[in-house]
Amino acid sequence: MFASFQNGDFIRRMLMEMLQDPVFLSRTQFAFTAMFHILWPLMTVGASLILVVFEWLWLTRADIDYYRHARFWAKLFLLNFSMGVISGLPMEFEFGANWSRFSMEAGEFFGNILGFEGAMAFMLEAGFLGIMLFGWQRAPRGIHFFATCMVAFGASLSAFWILVANSWMQTPDGIHIEDGKVVVDSYFDAIFNRNMPWGVLHMWDACLVTSLFVIGGLSAWYILHGRHTVFFLKSFRIALFGVIVAAPVQVLLGDSSGRALFVTQPAKSAAIEAHWVTNEQGAGASWNLLSWPNGAEQQNDWAISIPDVLSILATGDRHGQVLGLKTFKRADQPPAIPLIFYSFRVMVGSGLFFVGLMLWTSVVWFKGLLTAKTVMHQHLLLKAWVAAMPLGYLASECGWMVREVGRQPWVVYGILRTHDAASVLPAPVVATSLLAFVAVYTLLFLLFVIFAVRIIKKGPDLTLTPPLRN
Amino acid sequence: MDTEIHIILANIWFLFIGLMLLLYVVLDGFDLGVGVLSLFSRNPRHGGMMMASLESIWDANETWLVLLGGSLFGAFPLVFATALHALYIPVMVMLFALIFRGFAFEFRHHAHNTAPWNLLFGYSSLLASLAQGFAFGGLIGGLLSVDGGNQGRVWEWFTPFSALVALGVVAGYALLGATYLMIKTEGVLQKTCIAQAYVAAILQIAILIAVVSWIPRFNPYFAARWANQDTGQYLLFFLALAVVAFAMLMRALRNGFEISAFLWSVVISMAAFIAVGIGYYPYMVPDSIAFTSAAASSKTLIFMLLGIGFLIPVMLIYSGYQYLVFRGKIQTDEHGH
Ligand code: HDD
Ligand code: HEM
Ligand code: HEM
Repeated sequence: MFASFQNGDFIRRMLMEMLQDPVFLSRTQFAFTAMFHILWPLMTVGASLILVVFEWLWLTRADIDYYRHARFWAKLFLLNFSMGVISGLPMEFEFGANWSRFSMEAGEFFGNILGFEGAMAFMLEAGFLGIMLFGWQRAPRGIHFFATCMVAFGASLSAFWILVANSWMQTPDGIHIEDGKVVVDSYFDAIFNRNMPWGVLHMWDACLVTSLFVIGGLSAWYILHGRHTVFFLKSFRIALFGVIVAAPVQVLLGDSSGRALFVTQPAKSAAIEAHWVTNEQGAGASWNLLSWPNGAEQQNDWAISIPDVLSILATGDRHGQVLGLKTFKRADQPPAIPLIFYSFRVMVGSGLFFVGLMLWTSVVWFKGLLTAKTVMHQHLLLKAWVAAMPLGYLASECGWMVREVGRQPWVVYGILRTHDAASVLPAPVVATSLLAFVAVYTLLFLLFVIFAVRIIKKGPDLTLTPPLRN
Repeated sequence: MDTEIHIILANIWFLFIGLMLLLYVVLDGFDLGVGVLSLFSRNPRHGGMMMASLESIWDANETWLVLLGGSLFGAFPLVFATALHALYIPVMVMLFALIFRGFAFEFRHHAHNTAPWNLLFGYSSLLASLAQGFAFGGLIGGLLSVDGGNQGRVWEWFTPFSALVALGVVAGYALLGATYLMIKTEGVLQKTCIAQAYVAAILQIAILIAVVSWIPRFNPYFAARWANQDTGQYLLFFLALAVVAFAMLMRALRNGFEISAFLWSVVISMAAFIAVGIGYYPYMVPDSIAFTSAAASSKTLIFMLLGIGFLIPVMLIYSGYQYLVFRGKIQTDEHGH
């Protein structure tokens, strides 16, 4: 009784202290705004590529349905795109406003890359977006298709540059520190840093996978409700063809990405696997399927583990050495290890589910059961696709959590600590902006849902005809 | 040698950033200005038409702000960090206003009742303009002039002077918006725009003169610039240019010259803007951070030149093309939503 009272008091005191800590508040604000922002690029990047495919099919196959597909999905695309723009803008300015010391120290490289993103990617997208969305009647077909391609290219390019920036914070190569400032020795090394290929590819494929399952899932939903079956079978099949490649590739990329971490960020990978003690020579490290890592005790409260598997996963050798968390000082270990551990498992679970669903659907398709007459009997399959819609988002959020919380306590890994990166701001000011973000984004999200549902319920306009060839 | 190149590069980037700021102010300025004016329109159909005139371009206009932010961050990290830090509150207010504005644009299409969205569009445009004005006013009012570091003081930008500048910015944006709408509209709506342009122009020029005569009283750095032969001459030249442009604008408004009215309003903003820019030079932050010392290393500046500088003409071309595709008077409901 007494103990629990003390406990409550302790938690309240801790909360009070956190709310008075501007660094904590800035971190929370950044995490919140980033986690909100990333929801939208997933579809912007992925769906813009799928729109290119629809428009291409229309132009080459003379099937008017593809034109109507392009017009229909573009509506959802625009809604999603706008959310990306309005939630992205604050992030750029947060670097200066909340992380001014980070910006001063690392701006030389980091700011440069954000500038590239603006000039090469965002301007390109914004420059052609109007034509893509509103220019059907005004621009010739060729130019319109070109505009659609540029929007898609710009979106992927923006994912590329932002992940260059972020992966450099994970593995800051190609620089040295002089007078407390980053000085770039080699732009090539800094851009093509060790983490970059994995970060970029895994993220880009995450966008594809998520969008394919969203478009496939919505198509399945229409088919389930008997609305425009023939029409939506077309988009469903395209989604299926897409995930046949994209889903297994994502698992492979994730595996390689994780393997690389054991070399570049061993504290993070140890946290991902809740691996505390380095295995001895000649003995394999065991892999924890599930466990409860306890940071205070520096061990797992309990674990279900499989011998030697961690060594095999990390090094490819049954007895390979894997550094444990205890090798690192407490101050250098990532916080919130259970969060990292379980986020990772949720992501991997989603990836495996995607591959399973893809295999199942492929079999059904192979058997010739995905036609307008027969597809209605595949109730369970279609429902599984509907259920898969949110999973890409979930996996991506979890992936970012693993990546960013696992990087702590560093902002720039091994170089600049999060604590030394924040602006000196009064806590109430940051608390106010944080609260405002939470309130506004919640509202924004609800409105988005309301309007997206409205578009989806209304369905495609099957009377639309393309403008005459001009 | 080394430092000479560095000084040249820093100058180039000073110009580029100035150019981006100018493009942003003109492009998003008319965009925000249309929003401010929509608050004065009694007829909801007009409000809708005003928003429709921006539909295909507002995102592209706002993207200049993104580019400006990124370039400033890379080329002058110190300025990016100190200025945004000191301007935390107006910057956050601006960001929230732009968020609201963006979703007013987007959600209006799908809404059954568009009136509240039109209002939201108007008020958020006004708020964003005011926030930008306060931030700008804070900066030229010498916000950062004390030892560069403004450790946790977050209200310094809020002064009577910056309030005046904020009003001036709103008037300037409204003028740009009104003359832009002149191009895009006809009939009654166009008549209203012309009337609004008169009011906005007179306000803007009056505030400009007030601001320029006020600054030297509390900012010795600016006062010295005025007193200096060379820079004083330039300042005078650009102020005179603003006044001439004002006269030409009046003429264009009287005769209903659509394009030239817009162009002369751009000249007024540009002249006002360059006058202040000269007042600064060679300091990024008056009297405390010379922009050469705030600049990133030569290597970074060159790299950025390759990746951003050379793209500026290309960006201008395709943004321009987009305007070309959507030229002409607004016809509502052509977008086929
Ligand atoms: C280019 C840089 C960059 C990019 C692309 C992202 N982040 Fe990040 N993130 C940061 C740069 C950063 C940061 C500024 O460096 C933070 C703030 C404090 C810190 O240590 O890292 C951070 C913190 C941070 C945290 C808090 C970690 C902690 O404080 O324990 C979370 C949960 C995320 N981010 C999540 C995300 C998500 C979901 C992203 C997907 C868009 C994302 N980040 C992209
Ligand atoms: C901290 C990190 C990030 C910052 C500072 C940032 C910044 C921005 C900004 C300023 C915009 C608006 C652009 C505009 O006005 O056109 C935006 C939108 C967007 N962002 Fe992010 N972003 C971040 C994270 C990400 C990530 C991780 C991705 C990866 C996939 C991404 C991809 C996009 C895309 C595709 C858009 C769509 C809208 C557009 O391109 O205009 N962003 N972001
Ligand atoms: C079995 C499958 C998967 C494995 C083994 C895996 C592995 C990983 C690892 C190790 C990271 C951390 C990288 C780092 O910190 O540098 C990561 C990050 C991430 N994962 Fe996964 N992942 C898998 C599936 C997925 C799926 C299905 C998605 C989404 C559709 C996804 C989305 C992400 C994202 C967005 C990130 C953060 C950005 C990045 O590192 O690119 N992952 N993943």
